[in-house]
Amino acid sequence: MRKFIFQGLVRGALTEPPPLPDDAMLAELGRALETRARDKLGRSLAIRAVDAGSCNGCELEIHALGNAYYDLERFGLRFVASPRHADVLMVTGPVTKNMREALERTYNATPDPKWVVAVGDCACTGGVFAGSYACEGAVSAVVPVDLHIPGCPPDPAALLKGLIALVETAR
Amino acid sequence: MRVSLKQSPESAGPSPETPCRPWARRTVDVHEWNDVVRRIASGGADLVSLWSDGDAVFLACAEPGEKALRLLSLPCPEGRFPSVARLHPPALRLERTICDLYGLESDGLPDRRRWLDHGRWGVRHPLGDAAPLDTPRDDYKFLPAEGAPLHQIPVGPVHAGIIEPGHFRFSANGEIVVRLEERFGYVHKGIDALMRGAAIDDAARIAARVSGDSTAAYSLAFAQAVEAALGVEPPPRAIWLRALIAELERLANHFGDIGAICNDAAFSLMLAQCGVIRERLLRASASCFGHRLMMDRIVPGGVTHDLSDENAASLRALLEWIRLMTPRLISLFGDTTSLQDRTVGTGFLSAELARQYACGGFIGRASGRAFDARRSIGYAPYDALSFELGASTDGDVDARVWVRFDEVRASMTIIEQILDRLPHGAIRVDAAAAGAPREGVALVEGFRGDIFVWLRIGADGAILRAHLRDPSWFQWPLLEAAIKGNIVADFPLCNKSFNCSYSGHDL
Repeated sequence: MRKFIFQGLVRGALTEPPPLPDDAMLAELGRALETRARDKLGRSLAIRAVDAGSCNGCELEIHALGNAYYDLERFGLRFVASPRHADVLMVTGPVTKNMREALERTYNATPDPKWVVAVGDCACTGGVFAGSYACEGAVSAVVPVDLHIPGCPPDPAALLKGLIALVETAR
Repeated sequence: MRVSLKQSPESAGPSPETPCRPWARRTVDVHEWNDVVRRIASGGADLVSLWSDGDAVFLACAEPGEKALRLLSLPCPEGRFPSVARLHPPALRLERTICDLYGLESDGLPDRRRWLDHGRWGVRHPLGDAAPLDTPRDDYKFLPAEGAPLHQIPVGPVHAGIIEPGHFRFSANGEIVVRLEERFGYVHKGIDALMRGAAIDDAARIAARVSGDSTAAYSLAFAQAVEAALGVEPPPRAIWLRALIAELERLANHFGDIGAICNDAAFSLMLAQCGVIRERLLRASASCFGHRLMMDRIVPGGVTHDLSDENAASLRALLEWIRLMTPRLISLFGDTTSLQDRTVGTGFLSAELARQYACGGFIGRASGRAFDARRSIGYAPYDALSFELGASTDGDVDARVWVRFDEVRASMTIIEQILDRLPHGAIRVDAAAAGAPREGVALVEGFRGDIFVWLRIGADGAILRAHLRDPSWFQWPLLEAAIKGNIVADFPLCNKSFNCSYSGHDL
């Protein structure tokens, strides 16, 4: 174990420079934020991830945000275990009918002010599962959404761009 | 009055047999059906899957030592069939699902609770004679665990981590789990229904999204089933590239798992190191095939992206680095006594249960069951490759990590052989409609076990029916057994060492 720790000290960081926020996302977010109390949040965001029916592809890439290359926490972004501790709900999946109530209850348990980020094509539009008897479709059909991050799944850079945009605008 | 005994084939009785490939399907009567079920229940054959198309129930099983699957179907003109689960418990959840989705009655089914249907779809039996819903939501009765000191701990469907939704009901005596009952179906997306009538390309995209971590394996299984049905032979280079894609997926998942298991024992150093390897594998996948998870890269007829010489060279360099790193991680895992304290003897799964449930993947192999579709079925190009599979009989969390390390080594050997021997030529052929209904079957080894696909393609080339069975169907019930007698705090370790799919199971 000592070898690993020593190596970590001498090798230098793998972490990469942060990507710039995407213009279209910033514009969308700006509109959403006009009606919100933007001065209530500091520069740190607590995120609660909710899988509302995804295939798990989005979760894999959300997980990747924590690895040494992306190192999410340096932006003041961290994942929390309870919606009570969260500023942001990060929702994936085409919201199955069996998960609708769980998503609504998680949303209601999150204190105001709060943002909802729909992650992935399924969360944005229902994706390939749109129209199924078992799915509600987009997350916005169930709870209000402030930011959409499309992709199947969005790669960690796309997720970071979206989240950084959220922090920068929420200042 | 004269009664004509001659009937047109469409009007009644079993429809003319649709040809099924590469393994024939036989329509049987109740007696023969029950004979096969009894043979499975007595351990003479492994249940591979049980499903329905609405008119009949279908069963696939594997005889030991045979490279072919056996496929049966039993017509259900009365809307009922004899329960398989009454003799063979591993069929229970599959059978409850058939009842939920198609409304077929199972005679003798030992557990009549609905499984995927939570009473929230707005209809009952969405794939059968859809009936309107009588209640706003179903009451679900968990199995009892009684006694004065016992308490219940309900967990989920929304969990504390970034994971898929499912519900776990623990009955505990202090810290000791005396019973765990799982409740799933939260991620049910109606994939069987979405497949009906879909064009092959659209259906392939749905198949690729059954379980995101096994997207390449699902695409491969789906493509093989389509090609078998239509009699299409993909070019040799495509077959080898598919194996390369499947092994890259396997490697990335195994490293992700090894790191995550150790992290659940609060050993985050391993997560950090394995996370770096996983990320480099995903980036290599993106640069070789244009997508980090290689989603939609394997398609019926071949693959969508070719491997350039530069990318092949950088893959070799990456493998060389992983070869250097793996022994270090192995000694980090094996020599850290505080970690071994948590993993050795935890979450024991007996060889007997693994065999009964025909449990595939690293869970089966860590409990003495040697099945691996790459070898046991032996599809191309694996029949031309040499590799050693992991094996253990210890059956605990520790064994499931060691088997993963063995599989990492096997995958690297396989990738090196593929890069050395990759044939030249085309990477895709057209998969055209056959002109008459056809059925195709495939059994493919995903990273967590064998994935089964059966589908029926219409004369116009659209999918008529499809059934995809995730290995998790036979692994999830075993987690309930493995956790028994462990402390509640060891559940994350046991669960992560199984790493069953929710989305693949709920479908």
